[in-house]
Amino acid sequence: MTIATKRLSINWIACEGHGMCAELLPERITLDDWGYPIIDDQPIPPELEAHARRAANACPTFALTLQRTQARRG
Amino acid sequence: MSSVDGPGTLPRIFAGVRTQGPMTLSRHLRIHGALPTFDHRDAASGLLDELERSGLRGRGGAGFPIAIKLRAAAASRGRAIVVANGCEGEPASQKDRLLLERLPHLVLDGSLLAARAIGAGEVVIAADESDRHAVRALDRALRERTYLPQAGPPIRLIPVPRGYVSGQETAVVNFLNGGPAKPTATPPPIYERGVKGRPTLVNNVETLAHVALIARHGARWFRELGTHAEPGSILVTLTGAISHPGVFEIESGASVASLMNAAGGPTSPLRALLLGGYAGTWVPAGIGDDLALSSDGLVNVGASLGAGIVFALPASACAVAEITHVARWLAGQSAGQCGPCVNGLDAIATALERLRSGAGDELALARISRWAALTSGRGACAHPDGVGRFVASAIGVFASELAAHARRGPCRACLQPRLLTTPFAPSRRAAA
Amino acid sequence: MSLPIAGTVGPSAYWYLTRATGTVALILLTLSVVLGVIDVQRYTTPRAPRFVVDGMHRTASLLAVVFLIAHILTAALDSFASIPLIDAVLPFAGSYRPLWLGLGAVSFDLLLAIVVTSLLRRRLGYRAWRLTHWLAYGSWPVALLHGLGTGSDVKTSWMLAISGGCLALVLTSICVRVVDGWPSRPPARAAALAAAVCFAGGLALWLPSGPLGSHWAKRSGTPPSLLAPSRRSSG
Repeated sequence: MTIATKRLSINWIACEGHGMCAELLPERITLDDWGYPIIDDQPIPPELEAHARRAANACPTFALTLQRTQARRG
Repeated sequence: MSSVDGPGTLPRIFAGVRTQGPMTLSRHLRIHGALPTFDHRDAASGLLDELERSGLRGRGGAGFPIAIKLRAAAASRGRAIVVANGCEGEPASQKDRLLLERLPHLVLDGSLLAARAIGAGEVVIAADESDRHAVRALDRALRERTYLPQAGPPIRLIPVPRGYVSGQETAVVNFLNGGPAKPTATPPPIYERGVKGRPTLVNNVETLAHVALIARHGARWFRELGTHAEPGSILVTLTGAISHPGVFEIESGASVASLMNAAGGPTSPLRALLLGGYAGTWVPAGIGDDLALSSDGLVNVGASLGAGIVFALPASACAVAEITHVARWLAGQSAGQCGPCVNGLDAIATALERLRSGAGDELALARISRWAALTSGRGACAHPDGVGRFVASAIGVFASELAAHARRGPCRACLQPRLLTTPFAPSRRAAA
Repeated sequence: MSLPIAGTVGPSAYWYLTRATGTVALILLTLSVVLGVIDVQRYTTPRAPRFVVDGMHRTASLLAVVFLIAHILTAALDSFASIPLIDAVLPFAGSYRPLWLGLGAVSFDLLLAIVVTSLLRRRLGYRAWRLTHWLAYGSWPVALLHGLGTGSDVKTSWMLAISGGCLALVLTSICVRVVDGWPSRPPARAAALAAAVCFAGGLALWLPSGPLGSHWAKRSGTPPSLLAPSRRSSG
């Protein structure tokens, strides 16, 4: 069966390390030594989706996006 | 009449190659036969099917089954463009420049065939602009071909500035579109929108050389050599402490030992092998001999063949100095577009330099390992991943040498000239 | 503070409101610039992380727009000086102090461009948004000049203190950025610093003979019918 999941995706060229994403979604995003995000690759569960969307909208350079991916399981 | 016959024999690509100078068109036709014509309607799909049956995988380092790539480009909207990628920025690899300098017609044949298979309207040969022999050989080959009866899409030769990341697919496309030779962030993928917004197929020149032969001799012939998952022959660049270093055409899956024998064996006891180039993996020399030169053969030691590159490090060299030198160079080769790469690679190189001179603390190796782990998957291209792999495997293999340097500083072997060469200057990065 | 003695109509509530909302708008715009610089300089504290500073910057800007709309409406509604609504966006075409009022329209136009592009950021893309946002460095000084040229309270000490304070805050913000290395090219940095210093210096030189001098109401283009019959200066 196909499961649609939501995943965070980063455009690394656009990312300037502002770090608002990590402030708004600390459950999934932390910052490395230089302020660039380290993303936990797990799919975003429904309870975090609003926060993830807010984090993506807060990114000044639109580097962070929430993508719908299809994954086949089983 | 082709002179390459008999089940599973080598050489194939290297058949008839001379020690110097490019192979002329007439010699090329004598040795390999005429370029197969495609008069009938199903010819394009016929070639696609044949390439699929052959199981040919890309020879640029990623090893992707090329039939899938071709079909994806053919299925995208718009008239496709084929790019033959000869931009070999990897210092430890010589095969692509050799192909372009000595066997340009194989590459041109393959490019035309790929173009016909996907209905492409244009072919671009992207060559390293600093390799004047290759540029000249291609120029001459293109002029020779103006007398060929078959029409095909126009072929242009575009010299590309040299750089470690310049040969990356999206970097080549970026350059052809008038931008710098730096990787871009996909989406959309280049097989959908690449050069001039058209579906673009980028193939390594060796891959196209194999296409040229498969079209002539068939998938079954191709599969007479190599393994089932990775069939055919491959070009491998073997350098380092080797009697006769150079580029060899071997069967995919052949053992490292057989390759070394073909090259006259090592010149002195070896310490380690670097597999896959500067973005590759170190393995201790003892393990090296039995390894099979294929992705499947190397995956168990965490390595891959990359673009067919093997470097043999002698025990007499200073491993720490070598890896530090390469790490610094790779940091300078960053396109400078992504924070984790720009910062991480510089931090790793600096820490290694301090360690080599004995100024590092005992936490230095742990820090370097952490930074190396932080490089994977956090950039627009795989450059930081490669450096991370190179450094992480080096830390594992050269643990004792690194510890010795941390305690005592430079050793005598540090003063020897470097074996892992860095033949061109680091690219100038724009100020942040 | 002398009240203008003009015609048979005294100063209405609208007149006071337009001056008050204009002053508040200037303060809010100053706040927005300061917060914007704090934002881009990435100064954060645990209680004021980046997204909070960013949110405050946006709120201050939107509030400034609200007060500006009130400022424009009350100015238009006031019957003392006939200022049609169009003067809010079409500069220099009015009859009341055309130059100085027009500067207000210029500043408001620039601010509208910034706010609209910010609200439509996703659609317009990063570069368009960023380039337009720099108009803020044009909008603010023009707003200040508008206030000094049209404001009838400009001679009062509190108005001078507010204007001076706002100017000091914006100058400090610019200096902070320049010292930190923005703009990235040294010639542009020097130009930015020079522009800021020249503006402040020019203002200091101009004020005494300008709005703070005598007969400013007449010199700034107040229609003669509105001028006080006595030759005493109105604020």
